[in-house]
Amino acid sequence: MASRALYSPRHPVLKKRDDFEDVLEERRRSSDLRYALRCYTPTLYKGLVPCKVSMLKSIVLQSDHLQCVIKQVSSESGDSTECVAEEASLILDEMAHRMQLSTVRFFVFTLSKAFKRLFRSVCVNEEGIQRLQQAVQEHPVVLLPSHRSYMDFLMMSYLLYMFDLPLPVIAAGMDFMSMKFIGEMLRMSGAFFIRRSFGGDKLYWAVFSEYVKTMLRKGYAPIEFFLEGTRSRTCKSLTPKTGLLNIVMEPFFKGELFDVSLVPVSISYERVLEESLYARELLGVPKPKESTSGLLKARRVLSEDYGSMHVYFGHPVSVRSLAEGKIKRSQYNLLPRYIPQKPSVDTHEFLNDAAFRLVRIQEENMVLKPWVLIATLLLQNPDGMDLSSLTEQTDWLRHLALAFGAFLDWPDHEACSEVISCSLALHRRLLSVSAGHVQLSVTDAPQVETTPEEAVFQRAVVVLSCASYRNQILHVFLRPALLAVAMQSANSSRKDDIYNCFNFLRNMFSNEFILCPGDSVQDFEEACYLLMKRGVLQVLEHEIVMSASGQSTLAFLCSVLEPFLQGYQVVCRYLCEETNENLTEKEFIPAVRSFALKLILAGRLKCCEALSSDLQKNALAALLRLKAVRKVKVGDQVTLKVNKIAVNSLEDTMGKSDVISK
Amino acid sequence: SGLSQQVIIMATRIKYICRHQDEAYKLGLSLSFRQEIMKWNGWGYSDSRFLFNKKGQAEFTGKRYRLSGLILPSLKDWFEGTFGANLQHKSPATVSQVAVAPPNLNEPFIEDLKAAGVAASHDPEDRVFRAHGHCLHEIFALREGRIGRVPDMVVWPSCHSDVEKIVELACKHNVCLIPYGGGTSVSSALECPHEETRSIVSLDTSQMNRILWIDEKNLTAHVEAGIIGQDLERQLNEHGYCTGHEPDSMEFSSLGGWVATRASGMKKNIYGNIEDLVVHIKMVTPRGVIEKSCLGPRMSTGPDIHHFILGSEGTLGVVTEVTMKIRPIPEYQKYGSVVFPNFQQGVACLREVARQRCAPASIRLMDNEQFQFGHALKPQVSSIFTSFLDGLKKFYITKFKGFDPHHLCVATLLFEGDRGKVLQHEKQVYDIAAKFGGLAAGEDNGQRGYMLTFVIAYLRDLGMDYYVIGESFETSVPWDRVLDLCRNVKERIVRECKERGVQFPPLSTCRVTQTYDAGACVYFYFAFNYRGLSDPVHVYEQVEHAAREEILANGGSLSHHHGVGKLRKEWMKESVSGVGLGMLKSVKEYVDPQNIFGNRNLL
Repeated sequence: MASRALYSPRHPVLKKRDDFEDVLEERRRSSDLRYALRCYTPTLYKGLVPCKVSMLKSIVLQSDHLQCVIKQVSSESGDSTECVAEEASLILDEMAHRMQLSTVRFFVFTLSKAFKRLFRSVCVNEEGIQRLQQAVQEHPVVLLPSHRSYMDFLMMSYLLYMFDLPLPVIAAGMDFMSMKFIGEMLRMSGAFFIRRSFGGDKLYWAVFSEYVKTMLRKGYAPIEFFLEGTRSRTCKSLTPKTGLLNIVMEPFFKGELFDVSLVPVSISYERVLEESLYARELLGVPKPKESTSGLLKARRVLSEDYGSMHVYFGHPVSVRSLAEGKIKRSQYNLLPRYIPQKPSVDTHEFLNDAAFRLVRIQEENMVLKPWVLIATLLLQNPDGMDLSSLTEQTDWLRHLALAFGAFLDWPDHEACSEVISCSLALHRRLLSVSAGHVQLSVTDAPQVETTPEEAVFQRAVVVLSCASYRNQILHVFLRPALLAVAMQSANSSRKDDIYNCFNFLRNMFSNEFILCPGDSVQDFEEACYLLMKRGVLQVLEHEIVMSASGQSTLAFLCSVLEPFLQGYQVVCRYLCEETNENLTEKEFIPAVRSFALKLILAGRLKCCEALSSDLQKNALAALLRLKAVRKVKVGDQVTLKVNKIAVNSLEDTMGKSDVISK
Repeated sequence: SGLSQQVIIMATRIKYICRHQDEAYKLGLSLSFRQEIMKWNGWGYSDSRFLFNKKGQAEFTGKRYRLSGLILPSLKDWFEGTFGANLQHKSPATVSQVAVAPPNLNEPFIEDLKAAGVAASHDPEDRVFRAHGHCLHEIFALREGRIGRVPDMVVWPSCHSDVEKIVELACKHNVCLIPYGGGTSVSSALECPHEETRSIVSLDTSQMNRILWIDEKNLTAHVEAGIIGQDLERQLNEHGYCTGHEPDSMEFSSLGGWVATRASGMKKNIYGNIEDLVVHIKMVTPRGVIEKSCLGPRMSTGPDIHHFILGSEGTLGVVTEVTMKIRPIPEYQKYGSVVFPNFQQGVACLREVARQRCAPASIRLMDNEQFQFGHALKPQVSSIFTSFLDGLKKFYITKFKGFDPHHLCVATLLFEGDRGKVLQHEKQVYDIAAKFGGLAAGEDNGQRGYMLTFVIAYLRDLGMDYYVIGESFETSVPWDRVLDLCRNVKERIVRECKERGVQFPPLSTCRVTQTYDAGACVYFYFAFNYRGLSDPVHVYEQVEHAAREEILANGGSLSHHHGVGKLRKEWMKESVSGVGLGMLKSVKEYVDPQNIFGNRNLL
């Protein structure tokens, strides 16, 4: 059943979603302390092999797999096996969680207090919880939440405790460990820590994968990790990583488990705690190192209103049914299973495809607040809008979004203008409202004199903050928007021509947005279907014709993609104009940034989003993928070799001239 | 005894003249009238069957088995509880006979056959009896009076040269030959291919059933391939010998059939499987006779030609005579059993026994479901004392030792050899078992376990009277995958049943029946209550198919000893590689270019 949900053609309008319930309501009425100390009796996996934390460690260290790798490493390095085994043991000590219920109870108590101050409500779909309760008993479970904030995994554990579900063990980045105290606290509430990069380290990988697999096989606890690998600073889903996904699927591939349930969880915030922090980071102000004192400074954060938060537990996806007909499990028959094997090409493709689809499920179940619509409109109107026209257009956009299947949390019985003024109030830090005119503006900045560069950056912080809300709804408009832009640039109504343009854009932006590899035709058809249903287009056998009333919708959709098109063109232009033959990868981001800044200061570029390092990285990744740029290793530097003709032609195809005025 | 009397009565009804009969070796049941004392639409002897009597108690009729004539008080509860079946809901066989189409006879062939003096028949009963094996779908169809293509005639060669004549005539007149031994196939191997347009002749080897000589110097016997297992064993016993080859079907299966399917016997740990037992094979093919020139115990003369014959499943020719190893009858036999707290511990113990290469003649490990099933087949106890003892044992194991009755499982053991060694061996095995938490559970339990082997096939017929269908299938798998494979296949069966609308949870159980140095043989039983399903056999087949896919995905083999037949043909290429299959095909192409042996098994 789960797989059907994953692969069925999308009929957005028919999509049925569960209702939400506010879990804070109960917390506001009864004692947090008593709640934190209440009897916790989680539902357990039927095949659970009871196992203590300390036993877990020795099982991992004694495992055939790890022993095999220890011998390999020892014979390669010349160190004694005892020595390598000792190293493995240290790695495991550094990595392993030490979950204990008392720490969890402490967190439950403090988080209850914190959440009540931060959020008006925390809404959870209880049907999803019920499904999870079922799934947890049947098979080992892997929780796959989206990642927008540090709050995510705290909230996950909090909710699972609340609903008497087994507490997860969570794969966390090593950077937390620098916050001594908090790091240890997190460890005791189930986090285990992985180094950010350990590419070639065989031993590390072996310890890590065996640790995760052992917990999964024993049914020790649900494994939680972030498919996106890190927090998305843009609120746009990130291209998923497949390493951990492979680890949790392998016990099924190798027959060690009958099945594994993957549960995508979508966590959305009406106001993201790290909003302006992210924007600054994207603009090149380095991310402050996680430190306990830093977190304490964030106490200011506690005094603000972050609106509501939604957590949607998706349908469990069975790895078995996902892999049906795609993975030949007998490929593992001829090698003892403890010998590590790189995933085959087929497996890799499968993992990649599955990861994309899971992220799309996350996207689709992400709750969108009215502000997301407003932010989209305000970004398209940098000079601001009259409140009345903002109201009118928001209402229009709301219906469009709903028709495209957006999961919109719009208050049922309130007037549109009421809803809008509430949203504007919550996000007042990004706006100025005067005399019925709403405009994005810098409200926070010290009123002392600033250089033009600083002014641009201050404006960019607001724009990027705002963009992080618009980005939340991009997945809804993405396919129709690609079609709209394709129609514009194809300059033809022939379906084939439009499809070619669509495909080009889709290809160009596949590092930017979640576009499942190989789904090009399906995406095109979906876009056609949605726009046809909306009466924007008529799709004939060989032609696509715009209807008279479709103009405004198409124009809106084109402007949705506009910042990205412009940003990519800026990157292309930079690469074409750059004369440094030995441009290193490290220099790339700062160089593009200052190039874009110059264009903005010169008045040739309006779009601040071109300053975002995320966009710049994605553009570079696309150019590398399309082989317009090559990476060459010179010494220990990686330099970028640009094929200017290719880059130029890509820029042309994206529709050059009209963007960056010369 | 009553049995031999019956044989004499039957003997007067022999329909066909059998030449070269050596009366000294002709007292067994393996005459052409074997069908007279066997069920035509179920397993085994007509007089032996399970039934629920008027009191609702299960009993096993007849006099042939230890269980015969006994009441089984707990079977009803187990049966109803396990399958959700009900004695009120019956599904008896609907017909007492099936109608078959008139035979497609090749007259010139028959003429020549008569001239050669080979016994033959086209009596519908004879033809139907040889048109099937014992797959579920075959028996189910018979009970409903449905049957597909059946052989057009049956021939009974009585010796090797008869077979040579038949094969020569078949080539000359282009008729299709399907060799028939004991008819116990569970791979659709005996089914007549629908697409076959030629006359199909079933070649019944049952009259070639003599032991031609016994060589005590080399401990070999030369035997005609049509001999049935129990006859062979009994006749050798009379001379103080045995082959030790005891497949579960040995009451009915034939030597030639064992060779053609690579059979495996329960006591292979001492005596070896069929490929270890044969010294020489003679087979008649359309190209002529294939055999080796001497009786050397091992040869290095290129690939062993025996291995083209072993497992050829009747596609290349007819095995007519086999020289096989014999052993003196063992001085002492002792059964035994061990209870383990769970299946994992049991498997670990079997693995250790295999590692130390000290497996008894037979060692089998049943899972918990089968343990409970075994319990349900306990006959009524004769005295209060026995029932008191049983209660005490149960108390000791579950309460004192803390075994969970829903997890414990039992291994049955059979030791053979001279007394001193058996006792020593027994101690060694029990010591190993103890390391894995195993408790000795007595000879009785062990013996009952082996007895079950022979009656379990009868139970399927009982099930079929009450809307329950099922079957067994097997595989072999490396040691490290045994547990995973067992769990996954059992769970897959449960899942598939649910998905296909089976209303009640199925019985999905397994046992490890053989140990090897590098792995084990695993046997699955699968049965379910089919009330509410419109096409139960189809559902059954889909589930079995899925279970086989699961086996292959978990590193199990396509078959350990049942063979491929037509039932598992689709996986042959995957199992032996394209080149492997091509090799086998080219052998077939050379040996039988006209496809005279056209049962279409295997390839």
